Amino acid sequence: MQSLKIITAIFVKDLRLEWRNRVTLASVCVFGILVVFLFNFAFEPGQEESLRLLPGLLWISFAFAGVLCFNRSFALERENAGLEGMALAPVDPGLIYLGKLLANLLFLSIAECVIVFAVSLWYNFSFIPSLRWFAPVTFLGTLGYVAVGTTFGAIAANIHMREVMLPVLQFPVAVPVFIAGIEATTGALKGDPPSTYVSWTKLAASFAVIFIVLSYLLFEYVLEE
Amino acid sequence: MPPDTPPPNRAGLELRNVSKFFGDLAALAGANLCVRPGDAILLYGPNGAGKTTLLRLLATLARPSEGEVLFDGKDLHRQPAAAKSAIGFVSHATFLYGDLTVRENLKFFGTLFALPRLDARISSSLDRFGLRERADTPVRKLSRGLQQRVSLARALLHEPRFLLLDEPFTGLDAASVDTLAGLIREIPARGKAVVFSTHDFERGAALAGRLVALEAGRIVYDGAVEGRIRKSGVRSQ
Repeated sequence: MQSLKIITAIFVKDLRLEWRNRVTLASVCVFGILVVFLFNFAFEPGQEESLRLLPGLLWISFAFAGVLCFNRSFALERENAGLEGMALAPVDPGLIYLGKLLANLLFLSIAECVIVFAVSLWYNFSFIPSLRWFAPVTFLGTLGYVAVGTTFGAIAANIHMREVMLPVLQFPVAVPVFIAGIEATTGALKGDPPSTYVSWTKLAASFAVIFIVLSYLLFEYVLEE
Repeated sequence: MPPDTPPPNRAGLELRNVSKFFGDLAALAGANLCVRPGDAILLYGPNGAGKTTLLRLLATLARPSEGEVLFDGKDLHRQPAAAKSAIGFVSHATFLYGDLTVRENLKFFGTLFALPRLDARISSSLDRFGLRERADTPVRKLSRGLQQRVSLARALLHEPRFLLLDEPFTGLDAASVDTLAGLIREIPARGKAVVFSTHDFERGAALAGRLVALEAGRIVYDGAVEGRIRKSGVRSQ
């Protein structure tokens, strides 16, 4: 019960900070829309080609939006050494990780909804018929990505050239979840039977579980000097 | 005596042959220090002497490269929750969130410490540190002196046995300096310990009962404060 209170306190703290300054969501959404906008000029695909290109386009947008999200999330902590402040408390460091993960998951999910809406407008593509499988597939991939990004965001927060180092560190680790996300999204958008892409969905889910557990157990070493 | 109470001679924070390296740089080397209840210790030394590193080791924010940090006779990192519950730390950084109000910051940290009667504690803290009128002001809008008061309120909310202060007088106005000096005098009288660093030797010596002087990562003096101390390059300013 106390653990849940702590996770909730950290999650609510991040929500409150975002509500007060509204920088993270605005910048992440704008950046994601910009990527979609530029791709629209680069490719201008027809309906058939859209099904081929959109999954990759979506996950590229999610990936770069995520980098902004994680950088901003820990920039707020860096301002007055907020992470160290939390580390001074007698809490399991893994709970700090979970609180930050939930907040980042919410922000990135909101940004992804905006990006998907932008894609549906610019590419004249409706996600509604495939929403039933598209939504959970995207959520699982996002969960895995946020699990990676939250850990590496905390690591990068205290190093030189953190804005450059964060994608350099996290993208190689997140490759499996991107591949799984793209493949599963392709199957969902095409309307294929779920059995054809369930293995990719399982890969994304397994990656999320493994990385969340590892990060939970090892986060104290991320916080310590 | 309750079973969890350490024997009187083991109660406290202790550095035992502690060294801390950052790459090739020895920020602290072979440090031995005991902080017992009732101590008021002035950490003094030039920039880069190792004062901040020593305080961060005691505050659980850093692990030693060599040696042990003990809390009540046991390895601090094997019982971090117990140690953190007994330690309050004020640093150059305030550890506060600028867009949260004073009250919201205290409530957040109080929740992390699982403090009972949190609202009453916060109310008492606001009065103690003269923050009642600013309770609903975002910390970002406060002066440096007021932010330091909020940081002190945060560090003392859980009534720690050991208060660690890293150059707490820096950037404070006269009123805030007086408040802080009063606090430093008050803590040992309550059977607790305070360790603070400052470049202002005169002010620090007036408040402390014991001086620990550092130079180039080594403790060069550990003893009573008796007027001006001149030993191995330790100078008053």
